[in-house]
Amino acid sequence: MKFLIIVYFLISFFFLSQNFKSKEQSIKDGYEIYQDFCLRCHMSEGEGSKGIPPLAKSDYLFNDIENSIYVVKNGMKGEIIVNNVKYNNVMESPGLDDEEVADVMNYILNSWGNSYDKLITYEEVLKIK
Amino acid sequence: MSMKNYLFYILMIVFSGISCAQEDTEIKSPKNINYSYEIVVPDVEIPWGLSFISENEFLYTEKSGKIFKYNKGEISEINGLPDIYVRGQGGLLDIAIHPNYKENKIIFFTASSPIGEEKGGNTALWKAKLENNNLENLKLMYKGEENSTKGQHFGSRIIFDNMNNVYFTIGDRGNRDKNPQDLNRDGGKVYRLSENGEIPETNPFFDKSISKKAIYSYGHRNPQGMTRNPITGDIWIHEHGPKGGDEINIVKPGKNYGWPKITYGINYSGTIITDQTEGPDMEQPIYYWIPSIAPSGMSFSTSDIYPDWKNNLFVGSLVFEYLERIVLDGSKVVERIKVLDKIGRVRNVVESPNGYLYVGVDGKGIIKILPN
Repeated sequence: MKFLIIVYFLISFFFLSQNFKSKEQSIKDGYEIYQDFCLRCHMSEGEGSKGIPPLAKSDYLFNDIENSIYVVKNGMKGEIIVNNVKYNNVMESPGLDDEEVADVMNYILNSWGNSYDKLITYEEVLKIK
Repeated sequence: MSMKNYLFYILMIVFSGISCAQEDTEIKSPKNINYSYEIVVPDVEIPWGLSFISENEFLYTEKSGKIFKYNKGEISEINGLPDIYVRGQGGLLDIAIHPNYKENKIIFFTASSPIGEEKGGNTALWKAKLENNNLENLKLMYKGEENSTKGQHFGSRIIFDNMNNVYFTIGDRGNRDKNPQDLNRDGGKVYRLSENGEIPETNPFFDKSISKKAIYSYGHRNPQGMTRNPITGDIWIHEHGPKGGDEINIVKPGKNYGWPKITYGINYSGTIITDQTEGPDMEQPIYYWIPSIAPSGMSFSTSDIYPDWKNNLFVGSLVFEYLERIVLDGSKVVERIKVLDKIGRVRNVVESPNGYLYVGVDGKGIIKILPN
């Protein structure tokens, strides 16, 4: 019995120290961030708008996930090609904290027909500068 | 025509209808382009605010939190800024020199600020004296209360009237159900203060038992353009609508402009906010845009520099990446024509003291329009 309690605490401590958040919860939180910060340009189905690239089924987004995290963290500028269409615009840094970046990435990577097996974690975002 | 072709044409018509829904079919392209432009300040990420000291000297802001001075081609950064909350649509916003700047060196600027108890930020108006590229005697004139981590709707623009009262805007801060209609809360308002920060006795709510007596008008969503009509002296603003329903309003003291009780727009998701477009004791816009152009920056052209442009209203469009030239008959919009088509996201437009139009474009910088 005592052993089980110790195991229980060890497991909880492990998850807490990892800042553990389930993928489901992260996507849910990411949805809120998306509505607040991304929607106006990338639109509700991730379809993009005039001069703004889509996020739904975007090759650019999935080709280099680390770069995509970098962009959500820091913004971007200049010419890119998304699904064979050229875009040249400015996305300012949205000013999100690392957990919010992870959440909104998980939402984007798993919405509108997108799917991504892995979970983007806070630690992963933290490392990308 | 075979059945197959027939179906194809029907589908063509249906899909072209859908794809055109995003386009603005009312704005015209010019018959001939009788202007060119030059880039005065290159490579500014978000050139939000611009205020002229003289023909060849102006201050401009970058939303990321910087103020610069341009003087005959030389650019220098201004130091001594307060802490700025850069998140979402918040950051360093508008800047305006005092009407007597030449004597007193006073400037005003709006920025989202983290000052306060709660996490997040809200729009603040600051006043300072500009000495050798330093902000001295920095004074917080107004701070929108209740910070929020929401990324939307900070406003903001600044103008003065003939009494040197200062007007500025704060958007609804992403809380439309609470802020714009409540005179005891900040957000979704046009404000008026004296140049020293007091509430003028002539303010519409000065004698009323409300807590935010600096309010001049309310029921706004997110005004990011404000200017004075050169003929009437009235204050004109525009404000971002939701999906559709961006508006031009003539601001009158104490009036309610209706957001979100009345609107010509809908939610981004396509759902209805309200089916009401007018209401008792609520003002109507003089014009509304469907689809939304995402208006930013607003100025009249008062000079004779550009043929036919005198007393036209100019509004930047972030979404459609052009400047709109709006021909007016009094306060009625007669015609809208594209200027600088495909230039990029137009953030701001300001008339210089000698009558040239300067345009701030995201990523491109500050542009001067030249007549041919």
